[in-house]
Amino acid sequence: MSITQHNDSLLRFMTCGSVDDGKSTLIGRLLFDTKTILADTLTQISNTSKKRGMEAVDLSLLTDGLQAEREQGITIDVAYRYFSTGTRKYIIADAPGHEQYTRNMVTAASTANLAIILIDARKGVLTQTRRHSYLAHLVGIQHIVVAVNKMDLMDYDQANYDKICAEYLVFAKEIGLAQARDIRFIPMSALNGDMLVDRLDNMPWYTGETLLEMLEGAPAADEEENAEFRFPVQFVCRPHASADVDLHDFRGFMGRIESGNIAVGDPVTVLPNGYQSKVKAIQIGDAQLQSAQTEQSVTLLLEDEIDTSRGDMIVKTGSKIEPVKQIEAHVCWLSETPLSPARTYIIRHTTRESKAKVGNIQYKIDVNTLEQQPATELKMNDIARINFKLAQPLMVDSYTQNRAIGAFIVIDESTNNTVGAGMIV
Amino acid sequence: MSNKKQSYHNPLSHLDWLEAEAIHILREVAGQCSNPVLLFSGGKDSLCILRLAEKAFRPGRFPFPLMHIDTGHNYREVIDFRDQRAAELGERLIVRSVEDSMKRGTVVLKTPDEPRNKHQSVTLLEAIEEFGFDCCIGGARRDEEKARAKERIMSFRDEFGQWDPKNQRPELWNLYNARSHKGENIRAFPISNWTEMDVWQYIERENLELPSIYFAHQRDVVMRGGAIVPVNVPLVSDEVIMPPKVGEEVINMQVRFRTVGDITCTAPVISDANNVSKIVLETATTTITERGATRLDDQTSDASMEQRKKEGYF
Repeated sequence: MSITQHNDSLLRFMTCGSVDDGKSTLIGRLLFDTKTILADTLTQISNTSKKRGMEAVDLSLLTDGLQAEREQGITIDVAYRYFSTGTRKYIIADAPGHEQYTRNMVTAASTANLAIILIDARKGVLTQTRRHSYLAHLVGIQHIVVAVNKMDLMDYDQANYDKICAEYLVFAKEIGLAQARDIRFIPMSALNGDMLVDRLDNMPWYTGETLLEMLEGAPAADEEENAEFRFPVQFVCRPHASADVDLHDFRGFMGRIESGNIAVGDPVTVLPNGYQSKVKAIQIGDAQLQSAQTEQSVTLLLEDEIDTSRGDMIVKTGSKIEPVKQIEAHVCWLSETPLSPARTYIIRHTTRESKAKVGNIQYKIDVNTLEQQPATELKMNDIARINFKLAQPLMVDSYTQNRAIGAFIVIDESTNNTVGAGMIV
Repeated sequence: MSNKKQSYHNPLSHLDWLEAEAIHILREVAGQCSNPVLLFSGGKDSLCILRLAEKAFRPGRFPFPLMHIDTGHNYREVIDFRDQRAAELGERLIVRSVEDSMKRGTVVLKTPDEPRNKHQSVTLLEAIEEFGFDCCIGGARRDEEKARAKERIMSFRDEFGQWDPKNQRPELWNLYNARSHKGENIRAFPISNWTEMDVWQYIERENLELPSIYFAHQRDVVMRGGAIVPVNVPLVSDEVIMPPKVGEEVINMQVRFRTVGDITCTAPVISDANNVSKIVLETATTTITERGATRLDDQTSDASMEQRKKEGYF
């Protein structure tokens, strides 16, 4: 482990829980125990703790950001935190857990590969635990860590912990989470820093990994090796006016590989038009690559001169993906203005946009009971299964197969606000 | 209990991942906005963004000009470096100055030696209007200050340049929404997810050149209110500002800057790190946050950065 070594990986995870579960304390602990908190910040929160009449330093203060939130003592928006262990860099999406903040949880989950779901050891599996688990499942988080917190308040009782884990598993099987995802359990006391980074002597019966060990061991990439190659074109580079004559015919297709991998010589098809060619070169800046993989931002050069622009998608020839003009999706509504089936919206999918109309709201899902209910409109934080009719074709995969190519956002044309988050069924 | 056996890609290293994300964001700005601009100060963060822009757009030209909002109180080493770098890249550099806003009467200082950092917002908004920019790309990072932890990668500003923390667009997956109406503005932050350490590691890996004041050098300073304050600083114009106050003892010390901004509100730290590897080591072992000891303007109140952002500060 060397600080100047740069080949450590990166993991994005989220924390789900409410103020009462000790979520802020957990994050504060992780930052503190990994030495991310520096002296001046510690002095600042220690002063604030004293001002509020607390005896010990309140680590949860590290994570309340905005003035409005400090005044109300709650977190109202997703915040991002960073720490590094020397072998791995972490990005935490810290989402508030109240019911009215479903949209924040969905937002935080959309970029996370792992979710820590906090349970208060005194209370066990609650409605909100079910809600958080369902949402993590819906948004496709691969790895779930169920953290049974506040073990200190239950005398570190193993029987109570085992009961909570068993109860959670029953529920997780009901919603299909246990079958599809990697679930781990851990007992802890975030307040005392037990089983986060350090292992204290209170729970000798627990021999599993500490939280940090789980984080260090979780796979950083969330995608299978044999995933289909998907390359939405972001930008076309044509420096034909350049002083360099060699560049007059240069035509580079710039974008990020959303899934799969590609090598020089691979036959490719450009959608929606269906033109075929072969990969002539792969570049990042000046560097020439023989192959590239998911999440890399590259420039692709093709053998043939093909008319391609932003919004097109390059795939491997023969890959099963077709332009479609109708989609069916789970949509989480994010806006205070309800979804109106009478209106036209913009759907942004990969680098492509289309006007869209709601064809049919099949049902709404109660995130607490997971019951399906009939609906004619969607309010903020509602989740529903909806059909859309599209003005322009989109090239889509199902969200469960491919998060990047199965996701879209809904934009309100009049305000330009992002009003919905969609996951294609 | 692992229920699902999967075979995963070898993940990218964290620097490769951060680089790929930043390139993607820059290309989204280019693809979605009609008239963006890249804010470039000559500081380390914006120098990283220039390298990222090269990787994103070469062999083409950048699809945006560079712009610096000059307070008139910048270290001349940084200003020289700024001009040199823009010339090397062959990209267009626009400079707009707070002093011109003062002449126009749109910026009024309470006292002549008042820090001018916060007045940059006025000049920035004037420049946005002058050129009709619909997006400004900047080097702000979420780890710099707690008001920034909730900042979006594409952050929406209204016609007055104001940031309303309660009225930000949700940002999901990597689907950025940079749409704006005329007069409104997007601020795009490609290195939002980078920490100070990531920035230094990237500078080291990419062999980026930096203004000399980032490295340990001898400098006249005084100790004022617990901070090291540079004195007798020459400007580009050869004018010398920041005289010591009566009774202050001027010390010649070996220091370097961790952040570079307006001279009147940027303090150096004691250091003998004279190259990037040594700075990386120092960054790993420091006990003070980047802005903690070094930004004299963030310490007014717990919420001072948030307040300035609401007013249109970057």
